[in-house]
Amino acid sequence: MKARDPVLLILILVAAWQVLYLAVGDVALRSPARTVQTMAAMLGDARFLPHVWETLLAFAQAFAIAVAVGLLVGVSIGASRLAGEVAEPILVALYSIPKVTLYPIILLIFGIGMPAKVAFGAIHGIVPIAIFAMNAIRNINPIYLKTGRVLRLSPAETASKILIRAALPEIVTGIRVGFALTLIGTLLGEMFGAQRGLGYLLMQAMSLHNMETIMALTLLLVLFAASVSAVLLALDRQLHQRV
Amino acid sequence: MKSPGLLRAGLILLAVGALEVLCRTGIIPSLTAIPPSAMVASLVEILRSGRFAADIVATLRNVSISIAAAMLVGVLIGTTLQSLPATRRIFDPLFATYYAIPLYAFYPLLIVIFGLGDLPQVAIGFLLAVMAVIINTLNGLDRVPKVLLKAARVHRLGPVKTALKVRLPFAAPYIFTGFKLAVAYSFIGVIGAEFITSNRGIGYEISFAYNNFDNPVMYALILFVLVVVTTINMSLYVWEKRLLARRLR
Amino acid sequence: MTADRAGDASQVHVSLRNITRVYPAQAGQPDVHALGPIDLDLTKGEFFAVVGPSGCGKSTLLDVIAGLARPSAGEGVFEGRRIDGDVPDGIGAVFQDDASFPWLTVFDNIAFGLRHAGHGEAEVRAQATYALEFMGLKDFARAYPAQLSGGMRQRVCIARTLVLKPRLILLDEPFGALDQQTRLLMGDELLRLWRETRATILLITHALDEATMLADRVGVMSARPGRFLEIVTTHWPRDRDSTIVSNEAFGRLTSRIWALLRGESLRALGREQGVA
Repeated sequence: MKARDPVLLILILVAAWQVLYLAVGDVALRSPARTVQTMAAMLGDARFLPHVWETLLAFAQAFAIAVAVGLLVGVSIGASRLAGEVAEPILVALYSIPKVTLYPIILLIFGIGMPAKVAFGAIHGIVPIAIFAMNAIRNINPIYLKTGRVLRLSPAETASKILIRAALPEIVTGIRVGFALTLIGTLLGEMFGAQRGLGYLLMQAMSLHNMETIMALTLLLVLFAASVSAVLLALDRQLHQRV
Repeated sequence: MKSPGLLRAGLILLAVGALEVLCRTGIIPSLTAIPPSAMVASLVEILRSGRFAADIVATLRNVSISIAAAMLVGVLIGTTLQSLPATRRIFDPLFATYYAIPLYAFYPLLIVIFGLGDLPQVAIGFLLAVMAVIINTLNGLDRVPKVLLKAARVHRLGPVKTALKVRLPFAAPYIFTGFKLAVAYSFIGVIGAEFITSNRGIGYEISFAYNNFDNPVMYALILFVLVVVTTINMSLYVWEKRLLARRLR
Repeated sequence: MTADRAGDASQVHVSLRNITRVYPAQAGQPDVHALGPIDLDLTKGEFFAVVGPSGCGKSTLLDVIAGLARPSAGEGVFEGRRIDGDVPDGIGAVFQDDASFPWLTVFDNIAFGLRHAGHGEAEVRAQATYALEFMGLKDFARAYPAQLSGGMRQRVCIARTLVLKPRLILLDEPFGALDQQTRLLMGDELLRLWRETRATILLITHALDEATMLADRVGVMSARPGRFLEIVTTHWPRDRDSTIVSNEAFGRLTSRIWALLRGESLRALGREQGVA
């Protein structure tokens, strides 16, 4: 894929946006130019930054928990064949339920505020990270274990020198997916019941019918998510190529 | 060697049992959670009284529309793109990053544009589901062995008949995977949207019950959603495995 | 060519003149001259085999005759009409890779072409059942290809082709993926098919004994770009089967063909290993 292809895609999307705006008008949309302007203004506004910080903080904590717990659960389950067979349907089921349904329960446990947001984000991210890590471990080619024994490595050395490298690409894919889902979870949490953060701002703008703010915020979130995801994707691809 | 199915059932029973005990002994306060037995009782009562029948119907209908739209549009776009490789390559980055974008962020926008009806929820469900269908349709069509296309030409099938009688039937199990995902995503999208803002539907009622400290109703409805969605998704998962097993390719 | 043995010599079924196929240059590489020039006349009803080293363009030749590929130069004529980018009516083809449709039963696979041609269901049933029994698949009518062995799946593909009563049957290493014993049995099946349908058959194979055993004439191709070094006539009677291998002429013919091929195969190998 040449470097100019994503640029072409972005141009197409922006052009489509502009055309849509011209067709529909100010009643329902704002133009790309206007939205970028609003976004720039927001980023410069001192009252805006605390909300960004709130969301980032919640997200970072949620992501850290999701990675730690997800990897722990995934690797432990993946190491045992029986555990894998027992747990896989459970994990898959957990993956497909609308986790938003659980949010009131989380609020009841943690109360409104940062801990609830973090918990919500975390539960979104834990499951895919665990599933991918589990599969990464399960799918390690048995030949690697044999090689470790032939080279007379201790179990810890085998794990750290060989197995981790073998499982890494799948694990990174899981973390990439977990990143995206944790972000969604954190944001959803803020949209549902919060007093601060970007999600909250989004809902506030919605109730005030503040078109500019809604589109600017949406654009900001999309840009953030897309750029980090692109970086993680590049890393993902590189790791998979080496395998 | 215990069967994994039995172990799993046992584990789940254990978890539910522990929850029951913790609730009944008051370790988990009743303001936070009610015991599983009470959840089931409340659900049975709700279903019998038909109190939320309209909401259930509304949600299921919106989910179905989302699924149908996603399948129709998704398979069409997927099939078209697969035969236009240059165009497809341009959109590749979109396929790769689509699910990283918080699509729910578009929900407020949709509400402001379309108002507070069913359309924004269906739209969110559709947006979440359609990409999975496109990606899996592409995947399935990519896998059609070249020799089958050659055989189709020898039978003098022409491009449309080849697509309908050879390429799509071959890709069917993979398109089914897309269908399975479309179902899961539609539920997630519609119910999630109902939660955030809506004026009817199961998600809305759960949110309403929460705001009114009505734990029995809230937990009953949550249980209902979990059971229904899990049953549907699991059935599709099993069905998908069987479809893929029939093919050796 | 003896008229009484190798079909009706006065009827040329397929005529190729100066057929060449060149793949245009990729970045920095020269053009790949894959095939030709080829001149060939197939008489109606004959069994013609093509052998040659790997990469010599045998499959390309078949694709050109079938209308699946356009030659870069030259012209092919089938039943008096120019072959030009489309597969003409009356041609059937079986390939090395399994082309059975995994989502259809054996019976529906065989009936596929008939149904597409718009025949009535009663006739479809009759024809498909006949082809099913002819290829020994009667017990497997309701099975799916995934449940069958490789040899049986190829029989399904052959049945699917034969049910349309093609006048020219092209086979591109159809038994290449099968074990030797199955191959020999399939060879007999092919001969039976040939006598029953009276079709012209072009068989591409890398197995010399198969070519010598089955064909009226064997075209020996050179290494890439493939051209015919020689066309060897076997003079076999029409009612032959695999026991022909015990015929004294069989050994002589196979040796002759191998003598022609050996040098070419070495040359093809040398090219693969980077020697010019």
